[in-house]
Amino acid sequence: MSPLKRDRYLHLVLKFFACISIVSLFFVIFFLVTESWRIIESTPASKYILDDAWHPTEGEFFLLPMIIGSLLVMIGAMLLSIPVGIFTAILWQFYAPSWFSSILERIVEVLSGIPSVVYGFWGIMIIVPLLGKFQAPGTSLLAGIIVLTLIVLPTITLVANSIFQQVNKLHIQNAIALGLSRFTIICHIIFPQAKRGLLTGVILQAGRAIGETLAVLMVCGNVVQIPGSVFEPVRTLTSNIALEMAYAMDIHRSALFLSGLVLMIVVFMLILMTERMKNRENAL
Amino acid sequence: MSANTTHSHLKAVPENYKAPPGIDKLPAYINIEKLSLSYDTQTIFEPLSLPIYQNHINALIGPSGCGKSSLLNTIVRLTDYQNNAKIKGQIHVNNKNVLDDSTDLISLRQNIGMIFQKPMPFPMSIRKNFELPLKEHGVKNKDELEYKIETALKDVGLWDEVSTRLHQSATQLSGGQQQRLCIARILALEPKALLMDEPCSALDPIATKVIEELILNLKGKYTILIVTHNLSQAKRVADYVAFMWYHQGHGKLIEHNYADVIFNSPSNPITTAYVQGLTE
Repeated sequence: MSPLKRDRYLHLVLKFFACISIVSLFFVIFFLVTESWRIIESTPASKYILDDAWHPTEGEFFLLPMIIGSLLVMIGAMLLSIPVGIFTAILWQFYAPSWFSSILERIVEVLSGIPSVVYGFWGIMIIVPLLGKFQAPGTSLLAGIIVLTLIVLPTITLVANSIFQQVNKLHIQNAIALGLSRFTIICHIIFPQAKRGLLTGVILQAGRAIGETLAVLMVCGNVVQIPGSVFEPVRTLTSNIALEMAYAMDIHRSALFLSGLVLMIVVFMLILMTERMKNRENAL
Repeated sequence: MSANTTHSHLKAVPENYKAPPGIDKLPAYINIEKLSLSYDTQTIFEPLSLPIYQNHINALIGPSGCGKSSLLNTIVRLTDYQNNAKIKGQIHVNNKNVLDDSTDLISLRQNIGMIFQKPMPFPMSIRKNFELPLKEHGVKNKDELEYKIETALKDVGLWDEVSTRLHQSATQLSGGQQQRLCIARILALEPKALLMDEPCSALDPIATKVIEELILNLKGKYTILIVTHNLSQAKRVADYVAFMWYHQGHGKLIEHNYADVIFNSPSNPITTAYVQGLTE
């Protein structure tokens, strides 16, 4: 085969594989919309936020608590894991002696490989009873936030570390030779260069956090309510689907697909937000 | 060159090389004494003693890999950031050994500026490139900052070229301008000595000429130690030349003398061969 021909075939193969991901995305969206169409056309949108309760078999579709539940668990986990992850990566990359860094690397890699159900199980056995001692019942928004933080933290640390590694070493060398302190170097040389990559990494993890189902389901208590404090139970959109899918029928089933659609819209908005932030960075 | 001939050359190297009398009486700003550097088991250069004469241009020549750049890095303790760097010996600056743990690294690096092979201004405005290090070293007053930036840029002949665009990104400048900016950035900190690691090797001949003229202009005000591969450059600018060579994978100081002596009547046959372009 001539090199030119080979190139053309490779191009076709690549196009084919790219199409698979594009088509599957549209397929999922189409499926979600058609399946939830039944409830969308029969129920006014106001009911999702104004109803009194979630009794899908009796025509009450109060989705708002679950949207809020999902967002609170995700935001709480991100607020805890972003600073911890980034500071750990800074220590790892710029302060720790090499023996410490290599131990840290192994630990973080192992942690990121543990399945989330194991974290959930640990949450039920350790975190929930512990929280229960302060305030019953223990299964709560806070338990969900703690478990989810532990799930996303290793990956955020790994991502932040690999982004710090990509910062131009010559800039750092110049900065050191100019007598800049490590603190100044981190704030003024490393962070401005790492900002964009960190933002992308964090948003990807936020998407993963809001999609996490089992571990959250195990520790959050799953009561459909807007929580008054972090010690109260919540139900997330993902838990809602997982809990009820086994017996949901007709419009109930459709309501669960709507939960999925809403989840997807939230993730899509997160991605849109990153793009806008990146573009604003570029404009500066 | 075969291993055999290398060996016969090395036999001719005096074991404990000492600079000829006369040279020693000049004041040295940096005094390197029996300094050696190794990583793990690999020796970078063998113990060497070398005075860097105050307010003169000292050149360090030799083939690549003989430890010239590493020697520069050791003086400003950039080796601290390389794992497993083992340093023996002493480097005296102002009667203090910079290799002591108690050394104030920030003021050491303010006193001895380093210019690298590849000019590397920070990806920010020209003004911020100066403000960041100046503020770090305690200059907060706005007028003082302005004055220092202008003076430093005038010292390197860059003021007329950039005075109207200090707010623009420094990375938009040409290679030669960037290197002058890096030198100005160091000069703004009012150092006593400049270490230059092949400052012209990434530049075109015209930019090289500008930098060389600048180096000659700085002579008398600053102690300069310049590493160069370019022998004619060393000939053009240096007052004193130290020649390093390597054998068995590590560097060694062979000869140190007035530039004239090194280039016209060196005492070591390896030096003779190197400066005549007969080796490497």
